[in-house]
Amino acid sequence: MPLLEISELRKSFVAPDSSTHTVIDVPALALEENAQVALCGESGSGKTTLLHLIAGIVKPDAGSVRLAGAELSGLSEPQRDRLRAMTIGYIFQTFNLLPAFTCLENVLLGMSFGPGADRVFAENLLRRVGLGGQLNHRPRQLSTGQQQRVAVARALANRPKLVLADEPTGNLDHANAREALTLIREACRENGAALLLVSHDRQVLAEFETVLELAKINRAAPGPNLQSQTSNPK
Amino acid sequence: MTLWLIIRRSLRQHALSTTVTALALALACGLLMSVWSVKEQSRNIFTHVNGGFDAVLGARSSKLQLVLNAVFHLEASPANIAWSDFEEVRKNPSVELAVPIAMGDNLRGYRIVGTLPEMLTQTEYAPGRRFVVRPPGRIFELALREAVVGSFAAQKLKLKPGDVFHPYHGLTFDEEHAHAEEYVVVGVLEPSNTPADRVIWIPLEGVQKMTGHAAELATDVSAVLVKLRSPIAGRALEMAYNKQGTRLTFAWPIGVTMAELFNKIGWFDRVLALVAALVAVVAAGSVLTGIYNSMNERRRQIALLRALGARRATVFFTVVLEAVTIAAGGVLIGFLFYGVIMTAVAAVIRAQTGVVLEPFAWQPVMLWAPLGMVGLGALAGLVPAFKAYRTDVAEHLAPVN
Repeated sequence: MPLLEISELRKSFVAPDSSTHTVIDVPALALEENAQVALCGESGSGKTTLLHLIAGIVKPDAGSVRLAGAELSGLSEPQRDRLRAMTIGYIFQTFNLLPAFTCLENVLLGMSFGPGADRVFAENLLRRVGLGGQLNHRPRQLSTGQQQRVAVARALANRPKLVLADEPTGNLDHANAREALTLIREACRENGAALLLVSHDRQVLAEFETVLELAKINRAAPGPNLQSQTSNPK
Repeated sequence: MTLWLIIRRSLRQHALSTTVTALALALACGLLMSVWSVKEQSRNIFTHVNGGFDAVLGARSSKLQLVLNAVFHLEASPANIAWSDFEEVRKNPSVELAVPIAMGDNLRGYRIVGTLPEMLTQTEYAPGRRFVVRPPGRIFELALREAVVGSFAAQKLKLKPGDVFHPYHGLTFDEEHAHAEEYVVVGVLEPSNTPADRVIWIPLEGVQKMTGHAAELATDVSAVLVKLRSPIAGRALEMAYNKQGTRLTFAWPIGVTMAELFNKIGWFDRVLALVAALVAVVAAGSVLTGIYNSMNERRRQIALLRALGARRATVFFTVVLEAVTIAAGGVLIGFLFYGVIMTAVAAVIRAQTGVVLEPFAWQPVMLWAPLGMVGLGALAGLVPAFKAYRTDVAEHLAPVN
């Protein structure tokens, strides 16, 4: 059974002019355990919304999201929160580190609502991403590349089965982006987490064997629709 | 641990508004506890202080004036009464002890009271407690110009056995009006925590026959303190003096007279309590607006916590707990304010009346005021907490350029 299975997933939003705007209309999508898949699409194509739907942050209008054997539509909001806390790691484009917290505290937060705080594991994660010497630094004391590495460590803190990365290199320069991407992929592999990474950066996408074009899997997305996945030759 | 960490960091981030709000709550809590404690303690103490007597007999006036004058040495005497009036009440079979007092002089503002030695030797100012003269002192001799000084007055006037002083005319100190007589201090009383501590006791005749006092009044007294053989006897004497007579007033029982005073000034306590309550409400409003206004900048943090798996209820209680923490901090500082206020009030009351309040004695207000304050804080936290509860996660996770 796939780790993530989506079928006939639909989500619409009401625009300011009261018209309904369908953002997501995905007939099918699946992700196996330990898989690493990139999802590409232009701005406004619904990439982030799709991740929010998978994470249970946003409720779909219709369709099904089955994650780690649990059907999200059958769960109450607290149950979805719990599933997210236990199963999903999230990496954001702008890192979303809490500025008042130290690196270690930011990572501890990533596990607090799920399996519970494990200081040793959190410290090991930060050492793994090369920040063993900055455990008690605050985000503003780090470079942007280092901040993203803290975000990676936090995403893995709850030992997730699936890491959702939303444009994780979008705020980094080329060198840092490459480094961060390698780190994310390696860290996910080492921790047995599948990775679904959203990006519109061709260089990032080129690193993945499996790249899904949102325009092809999302009937609501602008552009050519409903083609299957593409594969980068490796 | 996580919640506490989030709260600590948030409080640190908003240290200034947190401190100001906590101080406002502290002031409210300290005021509320002080007002209540002073009211309760002073009512309790003042209605039980009677110097070991049941009643005061004096010139026709209000009972309260008589009691304040003769027992608490606060008011001026309404007028004198004749020696025969003292003799009459002393000989009454229902009277166990009657002691005359005469006033009209002072030493640097401390009242000089002429009386008989029985005042200090035969009375229990509190059950089982008698006045004690510090060794090597003694009680004054009636025929001599000797004085026994209350502990507080002795401390303030730096008087000790062997010291000599001139009394000053009147109840308020005026350097121009010194009497010629010289009195020798022969004893200093141990503290009794009663108005007697502020008094300089001299023989009755000393006041009556002081130079400058009217010679025709030389046998009059200011009032008579009366101890009854049975409490019931007070009713008959009250009838005789207050209802049937027109010249004298029999203030009985002393405690009830004082309780009436507290009932009359009860509105003052209520005003102070109302002020404290208003300060508490304003402080709670400050908690509410402080956290509420910070919610806009914190919505991203809340959205992130939610993305990490925190439930709506968790962020809700985090905000409520933050408000409670501010209130609890305010309460702790409030106890400090309480200590300062009570110590100051107790010092003033002791200086003015000789009565000693215990600033740190247990009062129920010490439980319900802090609990109420924390409850108010929690209540104030509900509005911003609801705002946090309703935070749209997806909207606030969007990248910020």
